[in-house]
Amino acid sequence: MNQPFRLAAGGRVDRSRPLTVTFNGRKLSGYRGDTIASMLLASGSHLAGRSFKYHRPRGILSHGSDEPSALLSVDWRADRGPGYRDPNNRATVVEAREGLVAKTQNHWPSLETDVGAVNDLLSPIFVAGFYYKTFMWPRKFWDKVYEPVIRRAAGLGEAPEVPDSDRYANRHAHCDVLVVGAGPAGLSAALAASADGSKRVILADEGFELGGSLLNDATSTIEGKPAMAWVEETLAALDARENVVVLPRTTVFGYYNHNHVAMVERVADHRDAAPESLARERLWQVRAGEVILAAGSHERPLVFENNDRPGIMLADSVRAFINRYAVLPGKEIVVATSGASAYRAALDAKAAGMGVTLVDIRLEQDCGAELADARAAGITVKTGHTVIKSLGTKRVTGLVVAPLGNGGQIGDKTTLACDCVGMSGGWTPSVHLFSQSRGKLAFDAELDAFLPGQSAQAERSAGACHGVYDLAAVIADGAKAGGGSVTVEATPSYTGFQPVRVLPTDADPSRVKAFIDFQNDVTAKDIKLAVREGFQSIEHVKRYTTTGMATDQGKTSNMNALGLVAGTLGRELPAVGTTTFRPPYTPVTFGALVGPARDDLFDPVRKTAIDPWAEKNGAVFEPVGLWRRARYFPKDGEDMRAAVARETKAVRTSVGIFDASTLGKIEIVGPDAAEFMNRIYTNAWTKLKPGRCRYGLMLREDGFVYDDGVVARLAEDRFHVTTTTGGAPRVLAHMEDYLQTEWPDLDVFLTSITEQWAVIALQGPNARKLLEPFVTDVDFSDDVFPHMSVTSGFVCGVPCRLFRVSFTGEQGFEINVPADYAESVWKTLYEAGQKYDIVPYGTETMHVLRCEVGFIIVGQETDGTATPDDLGLSGLVSKVKPDFVGKRSLTRPDMVASGRKQLVGLLTKNSDEVLDEGAQIVDDPAQPIPMKMLGHVTSSYASSNCGRSIAMAMLADGRSRIGETVWVTTPQGFTEATISNAVFYDVKGETADA
Amino acid sequence: MLLIRCPYCGERPEVEFHCGGEAHIARPETPTETSDADWAGFLYYRTNPRGVHAERWVHNHGCGRWFNALRDTVSDRFVTTYEMGTPRPEAGSDVTRA
Amino acid sequence: MRRYSLTRLLKEAASGHQGWGRQWRAPEPKKEYDVIIVGGGGHGLATAYYLASVHGVTNVAVLEKGWIGGGNTGRNTTIVRSNYLFDESAALYNHAVNLWEGLSQELNYNVMFSQRGVLMLAHNHHDVISFKRHVYANRLNGVDNEWLSPEECKEYCPPLSISPDIRYPVLGGALQRRGGTARHDAVAWGYARGADARGVDIIQNCEVTGLKRHPDGSVAGVETTRGTIGAKRIGVVAAGNTGVVMGRFGLRMPVESVPLQALVSEPVKPVFPCVVMSNAVHAYISQSDKGELVIGAGTDQYVSYSQQGGIQIINHTLDAICELFPQFTRMRMLRSWGGIVDVTPDRSPIIGKTPIEGLFVNCGWGTGGFKATPGSGHVFAHTLATGEPHEINAPYSLDRFRTGRLIDEAAAAAVAH
Repeated sequence: MNQPFRLAAGGRVDRSRPLTVTFNGRKLSGYRGDTIASMLLASGSHLAGRSFKYHRPRGILSHGSDEPSALLSVDWRADRGPGYRDPNNRATVVEAREGLVAKTQNHWPSLETDVGAVNDLLSPIFVAGFYYKTFMWPRKFWDKVYEPVIRRAAGLGEAPEVPDSDRYANRHAHCDVLVVGAGPAGLSAALAASADGSKRVILADEGFELGGSLLNDATSTIEGKPAMAWVEETLAALDARENVVVLPRTTVFGYYNHNHVAMVERVADHRDAAPESLARERLWQVRAGEVILAAGSHERPLVFENNDRPGIMLADSVRAFINRYAVLPGKEIVVATSGASAYRAALDAKAAGMGVTLVDIRLEQDCGAELADARAAGITVKTGHTVIKSLGTKRVTGLVVAPLGNGGQIGDKTTLACDCVGMSGGWTPSVHLFSQSRGKLAFDAELDAFLPGQSAQAERSAGACHGVYDLAAVIADGAKAGGGSVTVEATPSYTGFQPVRVLPTDADPSRVKAFIDFQNDVTAKDIKLAVREGFQSIEHVKRYTTTGMATDQGKTSNMNALGLVAGTLGRELPAVGTTTFRPPYTPVTFGALVGPARDDLFDPVRKTAIDPWAEKNGAVFEPVGLWRRARYFPKDGEDMRAAVARETKAVRTSVGIFDASTLGKIEIVGPDAAEFMNRIYTNAWTKLKPGRCRYGLMLREDGFVYDDGVVARLAEDRFHVTTTTGGAPRVLAHMEDYLQTEWPDLDVFLTSITEQWAVIALQGPNARKLLEPFVTDVDFSDDVFPHMSVTSGFVCGVPCRLFRVSFTGEQGFEINVPADYAESVWKTLYEAGQKYDIVPYGTETMHVLRCEVGFIIVGQETDGTATPDDLGLSGLVSKVKPDFVGKRSLTRPDMVASGRKQLVGLLTKNSDEVLDEGAQIVDDPAQPIPMKMLGHVTSSYASSNCGRSIAMAMLADGRSRIGETVWVTTPQGFTEATISNAVFYDVKGETADA
Repeated sequence: MLLIRCPYCGERPEVEFHCGGEAHIARPETPTETSDADWAGFLYYRTNPRGVHAERWVHNHGCGRWFNALRDTVSDRFVTTYEMGTPRPEAGSDVTRA
Repeated sequence: MRRYSLTRLLKEAASGHQGWGRQWRAPEPKKEYDVIIVGGGGHGLATAYYLASVHGVTNVAVLEKGWIGGGNTGRNTTIVRSNYLFDESAALYNHAVNLWEGLSQELNYNVMFSQRGVLMLAHNHHDVISFKRHVYANRLNGVDNEWLSPEECKEYCPPLSISPDIRYPVLGGALQRRGGTARHDAVAWGYARGADARGVDIIQNCEVTGLKRHPDGSVAGVETTRGTIGAKRIGVVAAGNTGVVMGRFGLRMPVESVPLQALVSEPVKPVFPCVVMSNAVHAYISQSDKGELVIGAGTDQYVSYSQQGGIQIINHTLDAICELFPQFTRMRMLRSWGGIVDVTPDRSPIIGKTPIEGLFVNCGWGTGGFKATPGSGHVFAHTLATGEPHEINAPYSLDRFRTGRLIDEAAAAAVAH
């Protein structure tokens, strides 16, 4: 067993389950219940990483999620292949499991010998904000030379190189009471809140074992029993209640509006044999009736020269490693403190067999019972002493201390040899979640802490995060927050401390490195420099020095930084302010936040009923909104251009079949349906006869074209409206908005029927011949069923709404059938169409065909800035209707000004040349930059039917310039084109004279 | 994520709703007789208050109905929700103005 | 102002950095100023700086209700680009980029303008047309912007997935090489230091509560939490709080304030060399010099001054990021936050006169104000110094909402700023 610092007995690790992990290539031994940090300490080592800026050797500061220093790259499933490694894991919370592979970060070539440590020597230059003052010359050097060097030096670990092999889950939950933290306060609160069984209670704790601070406490008793016995009894009681859900390994990280609380549960990483299908983490989004925050508190480091050396840790962490993990953090410890709680650490260290010296900055008379207890245990206590500095580099070897005179003068220094230091500068209640809930913090001078003040949401705090530290009081406070009341006998806690910001020293404070923020390498002198330079609000200091902005979000550093700023300015601490805490409480994987919304579930694909046929028949698809639509059907290695040429030709010479199901469809029903249509569309609808169709144009209230589509009047009181594919949801929303909020007097119902009716378009001179035999109950004669009409009947025995409409200029039908029957109707028509050489065609061919005959597509020709007149559609705008949506805006000065862009056609000089859609148009390609741009190409295709390329464009005053020549941009330069009408193909035979 | 009380369905999460902006902005009765400036006021100018805001919501992934709400834009707390067409209620005096 | 230089830095290093003075003073407000700027963000401070440096107007105060740079200046994702479609926008934002390029030297403050390139991804046919329209328009306006194939996108940004099998495959991208990022806080501080050195009073913790007017209606000064301060001209540059300030002045504005969220990951070694924006799936991302992935999320749908949005907005953004960069799902969100952005109906700013004589406004930058900071300050300083807009900001008048002459980049291209 390679665990020289493991105690022979005790602790909460499971000695029946030994395990090994790999740490920088060597094996560490330990047990279930260990963390990587406790295993490293058991091996006798503290060195766990290099710091961010100065590359100083760093050890393990804490024992929990507030750890700023011991950050590791961990491969969680090295045995399963790539995609399981991630950086910046805190060694103190990585639950040990057989096979974990951990590596330290931010050093080269090795942890022990790091070239980057030269930064430590240069640190007199690299003070806070130094980069704002240099690296400016020569001008081009910043992003080419300086920045790359800085970037390589910064940034802790290496990002994962390959896609994640894990998966993540989401869960939503409701509860009456959510208790955050399962320490003594949280357990007590959950017990009280769940007592009468009427409330659903969720208790969540970030740890893998529940009990909070009591896990580290081997001596306290509650009701005469060891504290952990009380924890176990309480957990058993909660477990027996059906209204309680207890979630270990679950970090509450975000407190959002209206008691919406986000938490992440670590599901798989700790399991030896987790099935690959098991989600790694689960995001819980809980809507809680009330929230009880029992999040505990964070111990503050002491600030003295070289307070960051490996071996120097927080006093309560010393206690945690000894009591919970049965690991000695060294042989000879100095406990340095400004308060009472650290005496417990000293006593526990002594009891565990370490050599212990206590250094307390407080004077003898300011200490409580703890002093006598320590002395009674045989511990040397030096009261009224300050710490000058630590000795040692990769491991602390001693602590230089000195007595403080009455006037604060430094007395004779003593060096206390040690291999471990436990320090405590007092406690900071964890008010992060309270602050996130937007409650107001209130400063308590006696506790030297910000405490929860006025609540903004249904929330209460209890225990240490509420400023209550004594164990019996904590349990009582928890019960009270849970709506109950309890009094317990418990070992009195050592509480109280004397706030110190930076320990007194006789060294030149501008020279010593006494760390405030360990991870971001922010020292006390950095903070003083910032204040000297005029940064006086804590937000400014934070941003200038980066204190509190590391991955620990300043849990251990914030109060020291605030206190130092206040002290330097000679102000009261609250006057400097406190920074607002932001989610997340501890870093959360993107994966957990994304959950299952990856790959196929990223954004669900909408498919039509005919999609499987299209897929089988070789369609190339394109996304259109959420839909995927067949773009073209290539044959025998055709490219898009060849396929489209063939498809467009076929439609004009015989017949093509097209899936138009994605068109939005809305049924408008009611006595006031026509009046509603009159108000929503620019056209007039009153006179449209049932059975007839009309092309409708719709504006936004600002007068710009919003959507268009063919509208059929099925009956006096019933319209079947079609919209663009992308516009369907917003058009319905737009209609509902006006109907419900502006015209509630209208008796009309709106129903989306997009999904109900699939639409098969048959287009081409043979369309009717193909279709007619399959349709019953419909008279196809031109006078009964002319172009732009609608009728009902049966196709292939299936009820249908049959539209005689065309978006190609050819004779055309749009067959609406219930979606479930669409594929079979399609197949029947396609089979029968073989005798006409029917072709299936896709959106690209549809685009070309409609462009040939001059039909616009809203969203292609229009861009949200086009009026009906710009598009040459002023004929669709009723002059007689007193009002419709958007009418008033059309008369605004700029809407009727000259120079507006108008829809025209463009014909390139070289008829083979296809313009780029989006190309810009100028009169003079030789003019200097910036050029006067006149418009742009909106649609452009090679048209086999026209025997040349065709294009539509929006061009300034274009309609008055037909026949003139303009220049259009190409990737290489410009090309010449003639302005034409936006109609390119003269349809023979029956036309769709829309 | 907000929790919104639909007057017809009860409390539902915000993702079921769409916000339609400021409420009680009357569309001019006779737009053609409205000046350009007044029309711009109707189209674009908003109260945008720091405090209680009357706003329109639609429960589009629920009952589909529009309603109005008073919400404090500083705390995001809803004071009340009420049916379309009813006048704006007096704002509660307990609204926080942080 | 004592200049910053490497020499001075080395000298100070030798003496424990005791010689650095305040970067700007903390003066008491004077009785009256020629110009008062309401709002001490980047735009307001830049305005003050250019008033002093370009126009010689130095009797200027910047009144900030909190601490300078504490609003959107310090909360954005620091992207700088100018590849806008319309002439008006290209002129404004390119003016800004031109100033960005020399800003560190001009201010003698390293704002870390890093021209690492902004790549905007196209995911569907509509995007392709739209971005090509931008590329062509930019070319004719003298704005750099080029079209890249998916393979070229991948070469420029190696973490990008160009797999054709993802939900919205990358069909290409528009790259502006002159675009990039800058250090947001440094921009505020650099302008503050430069303005202060030229005599501008930067007054923090001074909230403007009302307007004083002469009998003829023109401005006379402002009422503040630190007393009444006279002014000949007033420029309101209050971003998300513009509506509040103008409301106190009795003016309604065509703006609404909504929460906009952003987040950063834990810092990692260099992995992401440029800025990538994808409007179709809504994501934008870059990596800071510190190593954090900086990710911009969307706005919430309602008016709010809470600087807090819903988690669903963050989730949705990360969905898109991880779809495009699948190796990032194991990265961790370190911090998320919200700003309050003031959005106009056409998502373009308002820079110019108001109905009150002597009162000017610069607002409505929505989600895209940071990139314009130098240009915005420069043209607004011109407007405040001369009483008339600069030719670049003339189109950005309030009057456009009456005439309908909107500058609607978003409608034109479905491009978020």
